[in-house]
Amino acid sequence: MADLLIELFSEEIPARMQKKAREDLKKLVTDGLVEAGLHYAHAEALSTPRRLCLAIEGLSLESPTLREERKGPATSAPEKAIEGFLRSTGLTLEQLEVRDDKKGQVYFAVVEKPGRAAPEIVAEVLEKTIRNFPWPKSMRWGAGSLRWVRPLHSILCILSSEAGAEVVPLDVDGIVSGNTTEGHRFMAPGRFAVSSFDDYAAKLKAAKVILDSAEREEMIWHEAKTLAFARGLELVEDAGLLAEVAGLVEWPVALMGDIADQFLALPPEVLQTSMKEHQKFFSVKNPKTGRIEGFVTVANRETADHGATILKGNLKVLSARLSDAKFFWEHDLRIVKTEGLEGMGAGLANVTFHNKLGSQAARIERIEALAREIAPLVGASPDLAAEAARVVKADLRSAMVGEFPELQGLMGSYYARAAGLPEAVAAACKGHYSPLGPSDEVPSEPVTVAVALADKIDTLTGFWAIDEKPTGSKDPFALRRAALGVIRLVLANGVRVNLLAVLEQSILRLLDEAFSARASGTSADWLETWSRFGAEDPNVPAKMLRNFKKFLLIEFAGERLKAEGKDEIAELVLGAKNWNPSAAYDEDDLISFFHDRLKVHLRDEGIRHDVIDAVLAMPGSDDLTLVVKRAEALSAFLKTEDGGNLIQGFKRANNILSQAEAKDGVEYSFGADAKFAESDEERALFAALDAAEAAIGPAMQAEEFGAAMGGMAALRAPIDAFFEAVQINSDNEIVRRNRLNLLSRIRQICLSVADLTRIEG
Amino acid sequence: MTKPAAPRSFQEIILRLMNYWASKGCAVLQPYDMEVGAGTFHPATTLRALGSRPWAAAYVQPSRRPTDGRYGENPNRLQHYYQYQVLIKPSPPNLQELYLGSLEAIGIDLDLHDIRFVEDDWESPTLGAWGLGWEVWCDGMEVSQFTYFQQVGGHDCKPVSGELTYGLERLAMYVLGIDHVMDMPFNAPDAPIPLSYGDIFRQTEEEYSRHNFDGATTDMLLRHFEDAEAECERLLAFEPADPNSGKRIVMAHPAYDQCIKASHLFNLLDARGVISVTERQAYIGRVRALAKKCADAFVQTEAGGWTAEVTA
Repeated sequence: MADLLIELFSEEIPARMQKKAREDLKKLVTDGLVEAGLHYAHAEALSTPRRLCLAIEGLSLESPTLREERKGPATSAPEKAIEGFLRSTGLTLEQLEVRDDKKGQVYFAVVEKPGRAAPEIVAEVLEKTIRNFPWPKSMRWGAGSLRWVRPLHSILCILSSEAGAEVVPLDVDGIVSGNTTEGHRFMAPGRFAVSSFDDYAAKLKAAKVILDSAEREEMIWHEAKTLAFARGLELVEDAGLLAEVAGLVEWPVALMGDIADQFLALPPEVLQTSMKEHQKFFSVKNPKTGRIEGFVTVANRETADHGATILKGNLKVLSARLSDAKFFWEHDLRIVKTEGLEGMGAGLANVTFHNKLGSQAARIERIEALAREIAPLVGASPDLAAEAARVVKADLRSAMVGEFPELQGLMGSYYARAAGLPEAVAAACKGHYSPLGPSDEVPSEPVTVAVALADKIDTLTGFWAIDEKPTGSKDPFALRRAALGVIRLVLANGVRVNLLAVLEQSILRLLDEAFSARASGTSADWLETWSRFGAEDPNVPAKMLRNFKKFLLIEFAGERLKAEGKDEIAELVLGAKNWNPSAAYDEDDLISFFHDRLKVHLRDEGIRHDVIDAVLAMPGSDDLTLVVKRAEALSAFLKTEDGGNLIQGFKRANNILSQAEAKDGVEYSFGADAKFAESDEERALFAALDAAEAAIGPAMQAEEFGAAMGGMAALRAPIDAFFEAVQINSDNEIVRRNRLNLLSRIRQICLSVADLTRIEG
Repeated sequence: MTKPAAPRSFQEIILRLMNYWASKGCAVLQPYDMEVGAGTFHPATTLRALGSRPWAAAYVQPSRRPTDGRYGENPNRLQHYYQYQVLIKPSPPNLQELYLGSLEAIGIDLDLHDIRFVEDDWESPTLGAWGLGWEVWCDGMEVSQFTYFQQVGGHDCKPVSGELTYGLERLAMYVLGIDHVMDMPFNAPDAPIPLSYGDIFRQTEEEYSRHNFDGATTDMLLRHFEDAEAECERLLAFEPADPNSGKRIVMAHPAYDQCIKASHLFNLLDARGVISVTERQAYIGRVRALAKKCADAFVQTEAGGWTAEVTA
């Protein structure tokens, strides 16, 4: 057994890439070694800004000799078959063995692959790893063609055992492996040789390099906390920043400074964001005032003046940055005080949201209308929701958000309060973007919920209407996230809404807008036009109207292209008029998209996809809260013994019935009569079905799905007993038909709860 | 070795950078005689980064960013400023060390300061160029951009050039301990006639700020943009064989001048606020198309690595 040490020494590796690079290095090398027949006891990957390192303990010294036997054709087989076998094995006829088989004599090829020494395998695997390393972005340098994240300078690769250490020879485009590395760029320059991992780690530490990023994180966190604590302050936790900073230094030294008084009135989030984004500073909070009053910066070295020069420089940069932030803050407050928050957002009319969906201002109008419609469903005042919708995007025009886009929403809430708007409006400014991720908190304040739903629904219908739907892994407008946001808002707040109707309204509004941009008139006018075009029913369904509008839009687009002399494209566009007008409508398609997201969401909550399918097949599936209530009840029911058995009974009934229906060419759907029942079990089933029907109907009506399931559970025993005692196929045709109709009642009653045919197993 | 003494003026920092890079073998060039947005636009970088021929040049490039005009009032922002640019092809293995040496040369004591290479990938949508590298931090302040060019004008850079760009005013203010750029000594403070940065540039910052935001005639700028674009393409459409001299002459540089012009005109139009968000992308795309064509033409010249044998 030996220990393997690999270090790939390069110019500074981006901090954000180091963690995955460690994992990749470990996986690629250990997989390669194992695949080549070596085994090992333990492997660990480490990194600093300038090096990726892998230490493997207990590596076997050689791969085992492999013996492979392959059975060939019979000795009596045609010559061609034997030649083919020789070709595929690479052997000559003399090298084959002849063995007795059941059917006579057969050729056997025995190929022996001799074991290989570890260094040979390591060199091969490491070279392949370097050449195929999955950096998110890689580059060439100098005159070479090798790719690495930044120029690769040296490769350390040694195998060490009690007998000593040997360099694994390796040459990757002129970079020859060796047993040396370098210490800290400034504090301990120069190369030195190492003989084992322990030796390597110890010498690096002496050369001012902490090899393990976890140890660096620990050091930074501890030093920073101690500095803050000594002043009676506390460090603001930020795991992401900590990992990043640990990836920027080899020898961390924490330094603490104060934020000048003139900046202390800035919102804490502004201070924190500015310091983190621009300078990678940790924020330090005064627990007494709750304000951010200081910072900790992490230098990559010790200095003779104990960091005084470094801290002075950092303070200077911070002061310039915060002066900018203060300027933005005061400037924004002035605007809000003189022109109001809506005034701040006035410029949104000139900001394009998407070139096919108009300006931000147009979008805000749509959101306002939607929020007003949604408000009563979530218990919000329609006026307040509309007021909030008008201003929630205003901060996009603020100087602060221009500089720090990540503060959008939050700044809006500050400015809303400064403008004296109601608290619910201020809260909506901040909260209407939520929930952003699957673990982000879901707002519950009604006005916020109304605007958040309106915002997301407008995004979804908008991009749907212009055919910018997500495909595969591509989702540039984050529509999956928006749909999941709607789902979580609806479920967490128990909102009862028929989504289909809301989507329909939203799409209609979009088309109205697109339409009036090109022609005057509203959907009502177009409805009239449409009816003149030959629709007999004056109440043309909105869907048809919409497709008609799409059709007319195509006409406009085609004509415009023609006017620009782009005849070929114009023809193509106009050709699209022949689309089938009854093809899928946007909102139906969008509802399926919601259902797909809902399945993913519920699967994470432990509800099986077939259970969701069974529920989604029921009417009212655009009411997500209802869908989930049903799914939860069904899921719980299926986990009971009665549930599992009832499904079997249902399936049995359904199978027999379907086969009979297919054979007889009729549908047995009604008319089962208890008077034709011949046995007690059959009569009992009639009674049970009557009882179940009486229980399930009202329960479903009242949305008491647990009770409905209970009604269904009561059928289990009678159904089982029925199948046990009764033969469906009777010589008496009347009895047979009566029984099939009885099975049909089972199906009918069960299907009124959920589409159980979709349940697997 | 004794450490260099602290410099005392803006020009001393420039002179030290000149001497340093001259001592490292770079040809010390002069600024390009056209209005450009950054040192990268100098043909000594954009064009010379293309093709296989080795190259090493260093120069100061006055750069203009019309939208950054602040009437000389902002301590850090100017519409006209200086960049120091170094381009070495192929990038030498010790480029980081050479760069750090230049910081020492201008008086930054590497034993007292914290120098960091922080990921920052460079991309110029107008030049169709990108590279990987870092912004270099000195005590938390960005003092340079360090890039390994991967593509210019849509062409792969082979070999790869190493590019260093120093924002001279910011760097000098830091080294000299100055808070407002206009207060920075331009020549030696004890010279018979000491001049500050403001003595030289305050008035021009005011004049050009007014010009960029209000004065420049947009119709004319739009027309000139079209003209430059057309001229660039026209120059590149000539056959390489020149009937007058009997030589093979591809007019890559004159065409590239028109590309630079178009780029600056676009910047001015942008400052005048007449370019909408959607149009912006289209204009950038048009300048990029020119830059690509110029790059295509340059690699068909001798300096761009073209040889008669290759095509024969």
